[in-house]
Amino acid sequence: MTIKNQIKKSFLVSLWFMFLTFPILVIQVNTVENVIKWRWLNMIGVGIGSFFLSILWRYMLEKRPEKGKQTKKYQLFFLNNILHEKKIFFPVIILLSLFVLCFPYIFSMYQTNIMISALIYVMMGLGLNIVIGLAGLLDLGYVAFFAVGAYSYALLNYHYGLIFWIALPLGGILALIFGVILGYPVLRLRGDYLAIVTLGFGEIIRLVLENWNDFSFGPSGISNIPKPCFLGIDLSLQGTTKYLFYIIVGMVALTIFVTNRLQNSRIGRAWIALKDDEIACQAMGINKGKTKLRAFGLGAMWAGMGGVIFAAKTTFINPASFTIWESVIILCTVVLGGMGSITGVVLGALLLILLPEYLRAFSEFRMIIFGAVLVLMMVFRPGGIIKNVRRIYKFDPILEKNSVKNEVNS
Amino acid sequence: MLKLKNIQTFYGNIQVLKDINMEVKQGEIITLIGANGAGKSTILMTISGIVPPRKGDILFQGNPIQNINPDKIVALGISQVPEGRRIFPYLTVMENLDMGTFLRNDVFEIKKDMDYVFQLFPILSERRNQPGGTLSGGEQQMLAISRAIMARPKLLLLDEPSLGLAPIITTQIFNIIKKINRENNTTIFLVEQNASLALKVADRGYVMETGEIIMTDTGDNLFNNKDVKKAYLGI
Ligand SMILES: Nc1ncnc2c1ncn2[C@@H]1O[C@H](COP(=O)(O)OP(=O)(O)O)[C@@H](O)[C@H]1O
Ligand SMILES: [Mg+2]
Repeated sequence: MTIKNQIKKSFLVSLWFMFLTFPILVIQVNTVENVIKWRWLNMIGVGIGSFFLSILWRYMLEKRPEKGKQTKKYQLFFLNNILHEKKIFFPVIILLSLFVLCFPYIFSMYQTNIMISALIYVMMGLGLNIVIGLAGLLDLGYVAFFAVGAYSYALLNYHYGLIFWIALPLGGILALIFGVILGYPVLRLRGDYLAIVTLGFGEIIRLVLENWNDFSFGPSGISNIPKPCFLGIDLSLQGTTKYLFYIIVGMVALTIFVTNRLQNSRIGRAWIALKDDEIACQAMGINKGKTKLRAFGLGAMWAGMGGVIFAAKTTFINPASFTIWESVIILCTVVLGGMGSITGVVLGALLLILLPEYLRAFSEFRMIIFGAVLVLMMVFRPGGIIKNVRRIYKFDPILEKNSVKNEVNS
Repeated sequence: MLKLKNIQTFYGNIQVLKDINMEVKQGEIITLIGANGAGKSTILMTISGIVPPRKGDILFQGNPIQNINPDKIVALGISQVPEGRRIFPYLTVMENLDMGTFLRNDVFEIKKDMDYVFQLFPILSERRNQPGGTLSGGEQQMLAISRAIMARPKLLLLDEPSLGLAPIITTQIFNIIKKINRENNTTIFLVEQNASLALKVADRGYVMETGEIIMTDTGDNLFNNKDVKKAYLGI
């Protein structure tokens, strides 16, 4: 497209925006004095602003690398390279772990608390990453398993005085069982249908918790859930926060370890293969249903354990903590970070949870910014912040020279 | 070894296979030829259990398999190389081969089989760490065949291995198919559009038209048959 054409289009866009925002930004009716104030300055602002944004948008679209030709460019993306260079990888990991270990001593308790919440999301993002990123099953009711975990700790503690350390694996296992029970009938659906059914399931769990007073204490929730105890010693408030921080750090590390192992195992590869071609998988003797069910159950298990930690952290839970929005946010962390990439998901979750905390000033616009960022991401970096390495073709230069024809099927 | 008795298969309400009867004997290469849309691929899908038949029996080594899940059928020793290759584009060559051994756990034997496959197709060995999607069409077909024999099948179903390949590569692949049949005593069920080549390598052949088997004979006889020549060999 020529520059003249671009400017013309941007001009039309700005006209359209001025027209659209006219009623809300220009006309102001003062109902007390019954006068109308015309704020023409706003209109000029909208016009100029949208004009330049439109130009910028077009410019970026032009610059965006062509599909299929982008492999080289993405390979140069520094984070991927860093993570594959052993010399850089280990020092970075050591520094990072030192920083994490000192975190509660460097920063205030407030910061530590925020970090704990963020890490819970990291853990769940990684769990959902198994389901969506690896197995390609769009699960929109993930929060249901989070709720199962949280409520299993809260209720088991309330009725039987179960301690945190027993509830943690138990909550995971219960969530896994729920996942399998739900997954069994549902996993024969694909794509959109699966998304809708899981969405419904998430809401059902929340509604049951809200209305089944005898069982879950309804909307008033359950309070006084004990924080984890350390060798039977009651720690101070500050002490428990630090302790909880290390627990969740440990859990995140475990999650990363397990997902990494899964990704490089036969079952992990089967998930990736199943995402691409079900018929070929069946011809290889991969049981479609069983393999998907495993991904679904494993993902649910991490959500369940996340739920237990969440209940221990807040010491109070009610159904309002488990709305569809939580599912959406976890989904966003996975999509934004880069489906299937562990580093990407960790980074995505941290960004998505920490930024709103520290940008309290913009909290009203949170959802708008969320939406805008997602749209921008999908246009300019459809693979997420860190593209899954597997999705990048690595050519051995020598092989490439010999290769007659490199077909890139994407 | 494999017997199809009065097989009828449907896609929804559309009947694609009407009363198919076939037999494959241990150790032979048989071929099934027919026009596009005759239902050749559907027969293979039915044998593999991916599209189960609505009526009829499939006997494999004397046991009925028509109501068994696809993974169990692979476990019994029937592997398929589906039409259009269908390799996994995001997995490397090695990982693709590993998927073929999904139901096996004998690590050392797997290693041996992998060496065997690389000996059959040395080019795959060169490409072992390259994602399957970056291979050329011929290499992908070689990978698809290798992936299937990694399961150590007793019966190998091949669906149009010559599809979209240059004649030289097709010949090469057919030679390897014969070699696999000879060296491992693997029974081969070959579906082809390239009738002349298929009838030359096959011991026996079946000719199919719109969901029915219309003719069966030895490969040579079919090759010299007047009607077959006219309809499928273009002579
Ligand atoms: N998944 C499917 N759903 C519905 N109809 C199908 C499907 N696959 C194949 N068919 C139909 O079945 C018939 C036979 O197809 P196929 O077995 O692929 O033929 P061939 O392999 O001999 O070319 C065709 O008419 C085709 O349209
Ligand atoms: Mg076909």
